[in-house]
Amino acid sequence: MAIFFTAIPGSHQSERGDRLSLIKLEAIGKSFKVAKRPAGFREAVKAFFSREHTIVEALRDISFTVREGEIVGYIGPNGAGKSTTVKIMCGVLVPDAGSCSIMGYTPWKDRVRYVRHIGVVFGQRSQLWWDVPVIDSFELLRDIYAIPPDAYRKNLDRLAEWLDLADLLRTPVRQLSLGQRMRCEIAASLLHEPAILFLDEPTIGLDAESKRAVRQFIRMINRERGVTVILTTHDMHDIEALADRILMIGKGMLLYDGSLSDLRNRYGTRKTIAVEYKGGADAVPPIDAPGVQCLSRSPGRAVYAFDSDRIDITDLINRLSAVGELADVEIGSPPVDELILRLYKEHRV
Amino acid sequence: MRLYFKYMSILFKSQMQYRTSFLMLCIGQFFVPFSVFAGVYFLFERFGGLPGWTFHETALGYGVVHMAFSVAECFARGFDAFPRLVVRGDFDRLLVRPRGTVVQVLGSNMEFTRFGRMLQSAVVLGIAAGGPDVGWTPAKVITLFLMIAGGVIVFCGICILRASFCFWTVQGLEVMNIFTDGGREMAQYPLDIYAKWVTRFFTFIIPFGAVSCLPLMYILDRTDGPDLMYMAMPLASLLFLAPCLLVWCIGVRHYRSTGS
Repeated sequence: MAIFFTAIPGSHQSERGDRLSLIKLEAIGKSFKVAKRPAGFREAVKAFFSREHTIVEALRDISFTVREGEIVGYIGPNGAGKSTTVKIMCGVLVPDAGSCSIMGYTPWKDRVRYVRHIGVVFGQRSQLWWDVPVIDSFELLRDIYAIPPDAYRKNLDRLAEWLDLADLLRTPVRQLSLGQRMRCEIAASLLHEPAILFLDEPTIGLDAESKRAVRQFIRMINRERGVTVILTTHDMHDIEALADRILMIGKGMLLYDGSLSDLRNRYGTRKTIAVEYKGGADAVPPIDAPGVQCLSRSPGRAVYAFDSDRIDITDLINRLSAVGELADVEIGSPPVDELILRLYKEHRV
Repeated sequence: MRLYFKYMSILFKSQMQYRTSFLMLCIGQFFVPFSVFAGVYFLFERFGGLPGWTFHETALGYGVVHMAFSVAECFARGFDAFPRLVVRGDFDRLLVRPRGTVVQVLGSNMEFTRFGRMLQSAVVLGIAAGGPDVGWTPAKVITLFLMIAGGVIVFCGICILRASFCFWTVQGLEVMNIFTDGGREMAQYPLDIYAKWVTRFFTFIIPFGAVSCLPLMYILDRTDGPDLMYMAMPLASLLFLAPCLLVWCIGVRHYRSTGS
């Protein structure tokens, strides 16, 4: 099915070109020692006494910069090193090699001073206190971050309005739905006005409505407050709706760094066109043209795949209307998922 | 410190959400050590006491140690339950907040049902203090509080030490329970009834003796040295806490470089 988006991601890039680089990673490397655990009882006993370790290189030579106000989608298959990178950028992990400078801080060295400026949302883990009303969690966060009372009030009011939290604040977290909770989580990580927001799978498990609300909100705080957003996700619609730029990582290496539209241009010349004919006549014959391939045909309807490099779209529509009277035409870009899959395939990850 | 009380208030509210279970646990916590104490009482009834110690004297030491233990369990529960924090990955969350790790771990969990145990210890202390063996003076009351405070610090130290091992093994070491639960069981009786090496271990390595037994001598007027030295003995607990905190800091650094 084809999906249309009115906003074209990446269109802000040019006006942002001269902004300061906020995050700078250089040649970051990280490896873990993992104990080998062969199956079987005998092996388990053996492993208890002497363990064999294997060194797993989680990250190899990762370098990139992010400018102020960008939304960067950080993608890659499971186990590619996404969360390791994010943990390093949050100051939770210390890398083995390379340097990282964020807003002038080295995250793992100046942890306490640095983390005041970032907000982190782990989609799978709550930062709210489970049994008490949301507002209590917010007030504790106010104290943890030492937010001045006026600023706290102002931020809370604004976030409550934007995220529609008014009715949720008095409810214990355990009684919230996942979508409601996620809205509260995001608000919680923005109370201290961070300059950078790390979002780790913010839409995981949400219904379509909640996903849309979350995405709209992320767009808005990025625009209104200039918050830089680093977004890791498996949901390519998140990327499509939000990310100006994609960083793709696989097997610990950075494989792609560029805009979504560049990615489209590289792989996305293959599009689909679905036509409906008036009267539902099954007498309409299929068309035959270079670079065009018929995907499916039923009475009154046909779907073709075509390569926009090889055939002009006007030409194609002319040919289609020559064989029957058109009722509707729908052109679709390939879903981002497919582009990403091709990237993965190209790099064999 | 202010932040610690904020944590306390939110955790208290959380536990109050389950009021019945809270009350039941409190009552349970009251009666478990109570039955132990009743056992001590009946032993004294039957055998006439430990050499050199009357029932009320023993009860005083018992009360101090149990009071310290229950306070420590209540407020340093975060370190006690630390393995869960690491396994669930919530420790990462603590690291992205602009505060020290110690106060945050302390604030991550508290066990208010230990109020029951505190109450029980207070009752025992009351009984013991009302006994015929002590002539109370202000200095002795201060010493008593120092003993309790020192005991809390020693138990906290052990908890922190045990939690620190999680950074290397992820699972907490049950071995360490020898020192928390075991230490409590040992220290609730006057230490000089044990073998010499046990006494030494619990005086110089883990200073239970310094916080309970020695100052107790002062309260019971059995000292043969300067009083002030005996009174100040519980401060030795701070000497114990320092290396525990050091191990903790090393552990945190290790965690951040391995990310286990």
